[in-house]
Amino acid sequence: MSAHFPGLVVIIPLVAAFLILIGAQLDKRLAFPLTALALLGSLLTAVGLLVKVLQVGVVEYHLAGWAPPVGIAYRVDHLNALVLLAVATVAFLNLLGTRELVDDLFGDRLGFFYTLYILLIAGLQGILVTGDAFNLYVLLEIAALTGYALVGMGPGRAPLSSLNYIFIGTVGASFYLLGVGYLYLVTGTLNMADLAVRLPTLYSSKVVVSAFVICLVGLCIKMGFFPLHAWLPNAYSHAPDPVSSLVAPLVTKVMIYVMVRVMLYVFTPAFAFDVMTVSEPMVWLAIIAIVTGSFMALSTRRLKRMLTYIVVAEVGYMVGGFWLGNRLGISGAILHIVNDAVMTFCVFLAAAAIIYKVGSDAIDDMQGLFKKMPVTMAVFVVAGLSIIGVPPTCGFFSKWYLISGAIAAGQYGFMAALILSSLINVVLFFRIFEIAYFEPFDAHHGHHPAGHGPITSEVQEAPFEMVATLVVTAVLLIALGIYAGDIVSLIIDHAIPVGIA
Amino acid sequence: MESLLANFVAKYNYWVYIGLVMIGMYAMIAKRNLVKKIIGMNIVQTAVILFYVSIGAKKGKTIPIIAHGHEDTGHHAVQALDYISPLPHVLMLTAIVVSVATLGVALALAIKVYRQYGTLEEDEIAMRVKDQ
Repeated sequence: MSAHFPGLVVIIPLVAAFLILIGAQLDKRLAFPLTALALLGSLLTAVGLLVKVLQVGVVEYHLAGWAPPVGIAYRVDHLNALVLLAVATVAFLNLLGTRELVDDLFGDRLGFFYTLYILLIAGLQGILVTGDAFNLYVLLEIAALTGYALVGMGPGRAPLSSLNYIFIGTVGASFYLLGVGYLYLVTGTLNMADLAVRLPTLYSSKVVVSAFVICLVGLCIKMGFFPLHAWLPNAYSHAPDPVSSLVAPLVTKVMIYVMVRVMLYVFTPAFAFDVMTVSEPMVWLAIIAIVTGSFMALSTRRLKRMLTYIVVAEVGYMVGGFWLGNRLGISGAILHIVNDAVMTFCVFLAAAAIIYKVGSDAIDDMQGLFKKMPVTMAVFVVAGLSIIGVPPTCGFFSKWYLISGAIAAGQYGFMAALILSSLINVVLFFRIFEIAYFEPFDAHHGHHPAGHGPITSEVQEAPFEMVATLVVTAVLLIALGIYAGDIVSLIIDHAIPVGIA
Repeated sequence: MESLLANFVAKYNYWVYIGLVMIGMYAMIAKRNLVKKIIGMNIVQTAVILFYVSIGAKKGKTIPIIAHGHEDTGHHAVQALDYISPLPHVLMLTAIVVSVATLGVALALAIKVYRQYGTLEEDEIAMRVKDQ
């Protein structure tokens, strides 16, 4: 059974997608339990895989028994086992937490919603486990297409934002596909491990250089890396709340994983960092991404929009950390993929709870929320502290690795950007805490939308499962912080090739 | 000039692929109508398909089916060089499905946008978004 874990990670959600669609036709109440069951299955598989990788090292799985490089191989090592567990956990928690919200928003089309939901997870988990460059493209499109559809289900400007997301996302994926085509042209293989073996003799080839550049640009578009981030804030802030809290933490993080995977295990560090001289410009772009993302976040008075700009800045953290090219920086980037997935999920879910109860995502409407939603706000504070980078929350530790890496690499600009962004995050979050801490003035009662009533000082928490999920996530944030050292020494150290100092 | 022309004639399919990518990108950037943008997106995807199909093709070689293979009981050597490479073509079957699915999702969203704003022109949509 455990030999089939890498396959099951994709097959369980894929098969479940069909069952949910059929089940929901019979009785739409079946959709949620079926999805929960499938995601629990894939979560347990992810745990099993991580344990197995820790015990025996790299796990290879040959689909249908065809040996690579001819067949498609799924290959799980320390790097993807860790990210896989984070993705499966967030997907499962988000499902539990947003159940009532989804019932409210999509009560008449639950089957379709949960089918898309689980297909997105199938795509993301497939991207993580696959060891085949073309297979990765197909799964990337599965994840992207379901993502577009989910974002487009939202109200107001969501369909328009989703359409713009499709235009840019498709160009990104096509670029990646082109890059893979160039690699296939010179090597005749699509298997990542095989590519890594065959490429070193071709490092001077112009085709390989073009493939590298085209792949990198495509991936930067997909992850929303500055200056190719224009689609991200609209798509993620106009998406329905249960979708924002799913795609914002996961999709960009998985795309950063793809960049790490392709650079370290297809092109090899020697080529990515030494032969190609893109490290320096990439770090500078990351600095600009962090600074602009932070200032854009400062300029908006809407909660979800502010959080999407923080995502833009966080992408800069990870990309910059990776291109520092030393062990500390790359460790920080990989650790931050996991931490940021949980942190972003936590703030977006808290935002969803607040919007659900307050009926608006304007920061000015959050007055008196500490009294009204004490647990949600407490969790929001923990998540905010984590994004700022206050110990013992996990955000501190990944930022610590990133800053140490920046100092080791002599990239003081990147270090300054990280510190500046932390300071701006302090302003961003304490501004919200302050507004939410004080009672509303009487005069403000009037302009709250009808149906939600004026804010009173009674406790009016979000639905129970949402609050419970938030608490679990907050505990997770602190646990990830406390065990950050173990995660790095036991898992991430083995995920980085030995050659990197 | 002559060598450029010779290069173009010998590898015209690659030049066409680059031209198609440029046309598609131009449509996506410069056109203000959403359906024209969607068509531009589809042209980019089709151009990539043309590129892949080109790298599998070989001049003067045949399709990769071994004639009378089922009658032959013995093992005889198959010269891979005599056949065009089927792998990129098979890959593109998947890519065609992907591009059809992308087109479908994009058109469905365009319909949703049209129902919402009553137009597909970006400028008019932007005006209506402002009015709301």
